[in-house]
Amino acid sequence: MDKKRKGLRFGSGFYLTLIMLFFYVPILYVVVFSFNNSKSLTSFTGFSLMWYEKMFANRTMMESIYYTVLVAVIATVVSTVVGTITAIGLSKSRRLVREVVTQINNLPVMNPDIVTAISLMLFFISINMKTGLLTLILAHITFCIPYVILSIMPKLRQLDDNVAEAALDLGATPWQALTKVIIPQIKDAILSGALIAFSMSFDDFVISFFTTGPGINNISIYVYTMYKRINPSINALSSLIILVIATVLVIVNVVPMLKNRKKREIEA
Amino acid sequence: MKSFGRMAYPYMAWITVFIVIPMIMIMLYAFTVQGNETLIFHFTLANFARFLQDQTFLNVLWNSLRIAVITTLCCIIIGYPAAFLIAQQDERKQGIMILLITLPMWINMLVRTYAWRGIMLHFDLSSEFKIFVGMIYNFLPYMIIQIYTSLAKLDKNLITAAQDLGANPLQTFLKVTLPLSVPGIISGITLVFLPAVSSFFIPKLLGGGDYVLIGNLIETYFVTTGDWNFGSAISLIMAAIILISMYLTRKLDRQYQED
Repeated sequence: MDKKRKGLRFGSGFYLTLIMLFFYVPILYVVVFSFNNSKSLTSFTGFSLMWYEKMFANRTMMESIYYTVLVAVIATVVSTVVGTITAIGLSKSRRLVREVVTQINNLPVMNPDIVTAISLMLFFISINMKTGLLTLILAHITFCIPYVILSIMPKLRQLDDNVAEAALDLGATPWQALTKVIIPQIKDAILSGALIAFSMSFDDFVISFFTTGPGINNISIYVYTMYKRINPSINALSSLIILVIATVLVIVNVVPMLKNRKKREIEA
Repeated sequence: MKSFGRMAYPYMAWITVFIVIPMIMIMLYAFTVQGNETLIFHFTLANFARFLQDQTFLNVLWNSLRIAVITTLCCIIIGYPAAFLIAQQDERKQGIMILLITLPMWINMLVRTYAWRGIMLHFDLSSEFKIFVGMIYNFLPYMIIQIYTSLAKLDKNLITAAQDLGANPLQTFLKVTLPLSVPGIISGITLVFLPAVSSFFIPKLLGGGDYVLIGNLIETYFVTTGDWNFGSAISLIMAAIILISMYLTRKLDRQYQED
C-alpha cells in the first residue's frame, strides 16, 4: 500500500514537472539565446550583450516599447475613470437601460478580437479619420472599459443602497456620497479592473494591428512584422519584458507575504 | 440617488459611436459589394456566395475549425490531470503552482509564441504541428485554471462520503469529481476554442506564413487586397460559427446539469 502511494506521488510530481517544463523551457530558451554572440537560434556560441546593444540602438524597437506603455497608461486611466463612473451610474439606472448597456458592453468581450478590430478600422476610415496614435488609443479605451465595468458591477450589486441613502439624508452632497461612501467600498474592484485593463492593453495585438497607422507600432505589432526574419534582438526584448513582469509579480506576491509574517510576529 | 443614473450617459454615447456603429459598418460592408461610394446601398449576398462556393475558402474554414477543436481537446486531455493533481496538493503548494501557471500569461502572447521558433528549429516539424504546439502553449493555462477553480470549490465531504459508501477511487472520480468539474471544463472550452478559431498570428509566426487559417484570410482581405466587403463577410461567417458553437456548448452544459 505504502509503495503504491509513493508511486502515485512520484507520478503526480513527474507530470506536474513536465507541465511546468513545457511552460518555462521556451521562456528560458529565449533568455539564454538573448546572450548569444551569434545570430544562431539553435547553437549557443558564446556570451555577449550584442543583442541588447542592438535593441537599444534600434529606434523602431524602442519606439514600439514607448508606444505600448504610453497607450496602456492612457487607456488604463481613461477606462478606469469612465468604467467606474458608468458602473455606478448603471447600478442606479432603470433595469431596461442597465440591461441594454450591459449587453452592448459585453460585445467586445464576447466577440473575437478580429471582429472588434475590423469594425473599428472600418469606422475610423469611413469617418475619414487618419489611423495612427489617436485611433489606437480610442480603440484601446473602447475594449478596456468593458473589462473595468465587468469587474466593478458585481461588487456594486453587493453594496447596501441604504448606506449611501443615509449619507444623503444626513446632509452629504451627492458628490460626497459618491467619493466618501460609494467609491471607498468598491476600491478593490476598481483596482483589479484597472489591472485587467492595463494588461489587456499592454498585450493587445489584433485590435492594435488593425487600428494603428503607419509608423505607430506597439511591441506585439513589431514582433509580428518580424515573422519572416530571424532577429535575436527580439530575444533581448522578450527577456527585458520577462524581467520586468517577473519583478512586478514577485513584488506583488512577496510583499503581502512578508507583511503577513510581520503582522504575525507582532501579534505573537 | 436616481440622479446617479445620469453618470452612465457619457458611456452610452461612447458605445453608440465606438461599438454599435462600427458593428453596423461590418454588416453594411458584408452585404454590399465594392464601389458603393454613394450613399445608396445595394443589398447583396454575393460575398457570402463567393465564400461558400469556393473550395479553397471552405478548406481554410474546415482547417481552422479542425485545428481549434483538436487544440481544445488536447488542452482538456493535458490540462485536466494537471488541474486535478494540483488540487490534491496542500494549500501552500496549490497557490505556488497556480502562480507558476499564471505567470507566463502575463508575458505578451506574441513574445511567448516567438519563443518557440528557436526550439522548433531543432526539429523537423510540419507547419500544422508547430501551430498545434503554439496554440496549446498559449491556451492551456486558461483550461488548467478553469478546471482547477471548479475542482478547488468541490466539497471534499462528497468524496469522503463516496468512499465511505464503498466506491473505489476510479468510481469516486467518475461519479463524483468529474461530473462536478464539468462547468470548469465548459468555461475552459469557451476560453480556448474562441481565440483558437480566430487566431492569426500563431499560424503566421510558427507556420511561416504559408499556412492559412480563417483569421489570416480576413487579414489578407483587409490589409493586402483591400476588399473590405469580402473581408467583412468572412468575419461575419466566423462570428456566426463561434456563436453557434458557444450556444451548443452552453446547451450541452445545461442538459448535463439537468441530468
